[in-house]
Amino acid sequence: MITFTVNGSSHAFDGDPNMPLLWYLRDEADLTGTKFGCGIAMCGACTVHIDGRPVRSCLTPVASVDGRSVETIETAENHPIGKLVQQAWVEGQVPQCGYCQSGQIMSAVALLKTKPSPTDDDIDAAMSGNICRCATYPRIRAAIHSAAEKLAYEA
Amino acid sequence: MKFRKLAGGAVAIVVIVAVAFVAYRLLKPEGPEPTPPIAGAAQDLPDDMSRGEYLTKAADCAACHTEKGGTPFAGGRPFQLPFGTIYATNLTPDEETGIGKWSDEAFVAAVREGVGSEGHLYPAMPYTSYTGMSRDDILAIKAYLESLPPVNQPTPENSLSFPFNQRWGMAFWNLAFFDETRFTPDSDQSDAWNRGAYLAGPLGHCGECHTPRNIGFAMQSHDYLAGTEVQGWKAYNTTSDSLYGIGSWSDDQLRGYLSRGHAPGRSSASGPMAEVVEYSLQHLTDGDIDALIAYLRSVEPEQGDRNVTVNVTPAAVEASNAVLPGDDAPVEDPHGRRLFEGDCAGCHQWNGIGRQTEYASLGGSSSVNDPTGTALIQVLLRGTSIEIDGVTQRMPGFGGVYSDTDIAAVANYVLAHFGDKEGTVTADEVAERRAGPAH
Amino acid sequence: MKRNSTRHEPHDGFVGLSRRQFLGGMGAALTLAVSLKSGIANAASLASEAAADAFAPNAFIRIDEAGKVTVVSSYLEMGQGTFTGLATLAAEELDVPMRDVSVVGSPADLRYANPILEAVFGRPVQGTGGSTAMAGAWNQMREAAATARQMLVNAAARRWQVEPASLSVTDGVVVHEASGQRIAYRDLLADAAELPVPENVQLKSPDDFRLIGAEQGTPRVDVPAKTNGSAIFTQDKKLPGMLVAVIAHPPKLWGKVQSVDSSQAEAIPGVVAVVEVPGDDKIQGGVAVLAHNTWVARQGRGALKITWDDSQALTVGSEAILSAFRDLAEQPGIVAEARGTLLDDAPEGGTVIEAVYEQPYLAHSAMEPMNCLVDLQGDRCDIYNGEQWHTGDQSAAAEILGFETEQVSIHQLYAGGSFGRRANARSDYVREAVTLARTARDQGIEAPIKLVWMREDDMRATQYRPLTVQKSRMVLDDAGKLLSWHWRIVGQSFMEMPEGAVDDSLVEGAKEMDYDVPNLRVEQHNPTTFPVPVVWLRSVGHTHTAFVGETQIDEAARATGQDPYQFRRSMLGNNPRALAVLDLVAEKSNWDTPLPEGENGERRHRGMALRTSFGTVVAHVAEVTLHTDGSYVVDRVVTAIDCGVAINPDVIRAQMEGGFGFGLSFLRQGIVFEAGSVVQSNFNDYPVMRMNATPQFDVHIVPSSNAPSGVGEPGVPPAAPAVANALAAMTGHAYHSLPLGGSVATS
Repeated sequence: MITFTVNGSSHAFDGDPNMPLLWYLRDEADLTGTKFGCGIAMCGACTVHIDGRPVRSCLTPVASVDGRSVETIETAENHPIGKLVQQAWVEGQVPQCGYCQSGQIMSAVALLKTKPSPTDDDIDAAMSGNICRCATYPRIRAAIHSAAEKLAYEA
Repeated sequence: MKFRKLAGGAVAIVVIVAVAFVAYRLLKPEGPEPTPPIAGAAQDLPDDMSRGEYLTKAADCAACHTEKGGTPFAGGRPFQLPFGTIYATNLTPDEETGIGKWSDEAFVAAVREGVGSEGHLYPAMPYTSYTGMSRDDILAIKAYLESLPPVNQPTPENSLSFPFNQRWGMAFWNLAFFDETRFTPDSDQSDAWNRGAYLAGPLGHCGECHTPRNIGFAMQSHDYLAGTEVQGWKAYNTTSDSLYGIGSWSDDQLRGYLSRGHAPGRSSASGPMAEVVEYSLQHLTDGDIDALIAYLRSVEPEQGDRNVTVNVTPAAVEASNAVLPGDDAPVEDPHGRRLFEGDCAGCHQWNGIGRQTEYASLGGSSSVNDPTGTALIQVLLRGTSIEIDGVTQRMPGFGGVYSDTDIAAVANYVLAHFGDKEGTVTADEVAERRAGPAH
Repeated sequence: MKRNSTRHEPHDGFVGLSRRQFLGGMGAALTLAVSLKSGIANAASLASEAAADAFAPNAFIRIDEAGKVTVVSSYLEMGQGTFTGLATLAAEELDVPMRDVSVVGSPADLRYANPILEAVFGRPVQGTGGSTAMAGAWNQMREAAATARQMLVNAAARRWQVEPASLSVTDGVVVHEASGQRIAYRDLLADAAELPVPENVQLKSPDDFRLIGAEQGTPRVDVPAKTNGSAIFTQDKKLPGMLVAVIAHPPKLWGKVQSVDSSQAEAIPGVVAVVEVPGDDKIQGGVAVLAHNTWVARQGRGALKITWDDSQALTVGSEAILSAFRDLAEQPGIVAEARGTLLDDAPEGGTVIEAVYEQPYLAHSAMEPMNCLVDLQGDRCDIYNGEQWHTGDQSAAAEILGFETEQVSIHQLYAGGSFGRRANARSDYVREAVTLARTARDQGIEAPIKLVWMREDDMRATQYRPLTVQKSRMVLDDAGKLLSWHWRIVGQSFMEMPEGAVDDSLVEGAKEMDYDVPNLRVEQHNPTTFPVPVVWLRSVGHTHTAFVGETQIDEAARATGQDPYQFRRSMLGNNPRALAVLDLVAEKSNWDTPLPEGENGERRHRGMALRTSFGTVVAHVAEVTLHTDGSYVVDRVVTAIDCGVAINPDVIRAQMEGGFGFGLSFLRQGIVFEAGSVVQSNFNDYPVMRMNATPQFDVHIVPSSNAPSGVGEPGVPPAAPAVANALAAMTGHAYHSLPLGGSVATS
């Protein structure tokens, strides 16, 4: 039996330990905010945090999160940085089709947790693994800077 | 006249030496048959596996005798050699196209002497190593192969250029380079060591890839396991040299690499070695893996070509974390880093520990410490995959989209960031590798 | 009845309506229902639960008892801000604040036919495409809203016994200035429903617009749900007992299943069933594995042992197709446009420029791979889909099931991108899902089934932007004036065409080109030899004609020593809109001032391209840096656009940014066939522009009072040629074949 927490609640799973976390979250835990995009960790749509670290859940075996803590887009707003990022996304009118944005936001939150005032190079380094086919990138960049400014102001 | 005489004398001496060598080769006894516990299947053989199946896996017959995506052991896999292409044969018990009609004698002769139904085999078939195997072991393998369903699949004709298409020519090669001798245990060493030597030599034939070859395409005995290039990939130095070989690897690292294809803090098996682990090594018992480690630790240290010194704590990696890279040394052209941050960091992560899977860790990997980038280029072009316990770890290839310039740029960036090496990969070299064998 | 607040579905509670309601009849039978049971919308059951006191003056506007307005969208929201545009138009004419307006997707119903596509196809179709939504809704939605407003105002006037003209409306409250009386819409609904529908209502004067054209734009209605994971895409939609299906398609296009050994798949715990989906002339078909969990279904598919019958399969590769098309490019084709007389030779001192271009098949590769949920129960079929081809897909489903179209309900969900993929004349993936559901039902499986394609399926079993070979021949005089342009386009038609007929989409942008060329001949070959399914991709024929046209113009300018901007200018005398856009982009990009040189031997240059598509003129100027190793980046893009009235400038800017990014990816993308199979599989061999390749944008909108035209597509066509022109200016090479790749030869 694999036990772990998702967004603070305990979960237990005794199915295929090799099933990627993505499908556990979406199909078993009904947390569909985390998206399937490519299945080979090249698009970032499935990004979640495991013990605070951004991870592509499409290639993460559920067994590997045994005893660990998973956070998804559904509770991003519970974290001050997550809330700021989501607000910046709304204010900057970032999403178009919206499908990749859960992953974009989870990557952006991880970036700001790592470095509260990222440069453009930092944004390239941390965000280029997340594909947006609508190419909302300029707005993602602006929204991250805007969230960083608010973060600095609040600090 | 004096000169002529002298020359004639020299020729005579050469001829006499050659004749003596041939006579020695022909007359030298092959030695006694190796016996358990040195030969044979593992002492801790699991109940659900037959002796023959275990030995077949330990000898890694499947890797060569299975076409990509084809039926195991049905042959057809092409091997591109400098002088043409040869194809692995069908080992299923099909009477027409496989080994269904082969006698025990014929099978043993093929495996140990390199003489097949059509005459001499080419030493792409590692009879030069298999020759050390016991007759019992070979017949156990034969029995296992005969238990498989027959597959009617003719082996394609080899396409070798003259004179290499003349099989009889191999008789001379054998005279010069083939030492038909059974494995002889070293009585000064433990059973475990001898078992390891039997696994690494006659069964696993490690040296066929890891030992540099001489001009006659034969293994150089004095450089045993010192590392070389094979099929466009790198077979690294696996001697006990602490700088260039595996001398500084821990037992856990060796065990992880051999049994799962990944050594924590070191390399992941890729390309042809990934196949070896997938088809062969992961099936070895714990006892046999330990025996193999005991043996490898004792292999005479050799420095080989001294290309690859692994830096397990490169500065840029130490300065990086999961999300962001530390300060890279300034690069003239940011192209490589740009490709890495888009297509690679999602799995490998800036601090090189692997994001989703340890197989994607790059820190301490030989491939990213080899300034020539030999294996790195192949992995980037063609990708690599390994299936362990039914789970596939896969890196996709980028050759379909990356230009030669792109591959060179990302390879050199990876060498700098993860190996602290100044990579020497050029676009021209990538072009050559792209056109070369896919392994 | 409890509204499920955590899942946001754009079709929430929408219920079908009668023809009378659609045509503007009001009525006691009201159609807005905001209630959901367990988050499951079911049109049939909701009809009887509809609130009894709401106001539904026509097909597009609903006002509930709390005064909240629901706008019914006959279009799909796939990212281009369509829902927001419709809400803006409605809020503007209704004089209500945007916060009181929400948008739901309509069901499939021919009465919601797209007025512009109807004109194009000559028959009613409900669908979204061709950047038509705002153009089509501009009058329709405003009139619907203005009519509703007038009825509410009339109701207040009757109540207060005053002239309607003496009343004004602010934020949904009707005010009689003289008496100071005020009444909210929500208190007028019942009265208004009793009144006749006014005819010929007065629309607002542009001078009075509060929302339309506001510089910052109205905030998008779909954005909040798209930042917290609550927006529901087809991928996310679940029904009780639902099974997920993962399908094995034939490895060679149009191959068929000969036999299947499913024993290993069925042995996997969780696999419920294996269903063979017969392929036909419209769908590939294959073998589907059904499970409650997508991963399990996918594992099951991996364990299938299928023998394929390739006797009907495509056997050739792209090289054979290109070769055949190259031959055709040398032969006269069907004439799509001819004016003047072509010149064979250049006059004294003149120049001839001849080139053959090759562009590959392209995949849409939307972030959400294709999928479709089908709930087949008795004589009803409910389809949940990011629906872009409503009535077409409805008819296809009905045909497969032997139903009347009324028995098929389509529930609109958000689409995770589409770029044309979800609007398919063959209804391919919807057909596949419905055929699967029918076959499964025949096997005794009573469950809703969601067909889910993996990324590799989407890349390989998809429908592609056609591959083209194009031959261009330009003749210029000694002064560099373009006298004659002969342009031949070889490619499969986007739609099935009668023999010898011109497919206007294949030659769009060449046929009615922006420039004034005295002698022009545009021909096409649309061979049907190779059965690769093709379909429009964002900006359709302009995807391939803009690259040829705009790089040829630059090539001609370079060859004759002219500035590409001035050369274009000289041919736009009869096209003032395009000229104004070109002048604006040149001015804003400082075209006449060269870029400073880069460091470390980098070269930097601008490239421009212009294209009118779907009624909108767009010009991009791209600032490109070429590194010494041949790799290149686009640093900055200046864009000018004329799309008529700018309904939402911020959405327009977003579409220009996104359109450029989409078009820029063409430089690196290509779908290649080898022996009947697609080589590409995923984002490792079909790359998409990423954050670190994204330029800065500077978008300028030409002020206009013309009726609005679309913005979803027109940003795409000039993107790739603008960058190629900058590269060509630096390297001296002409780029005639795509993809270019991420680096080019530097000398």
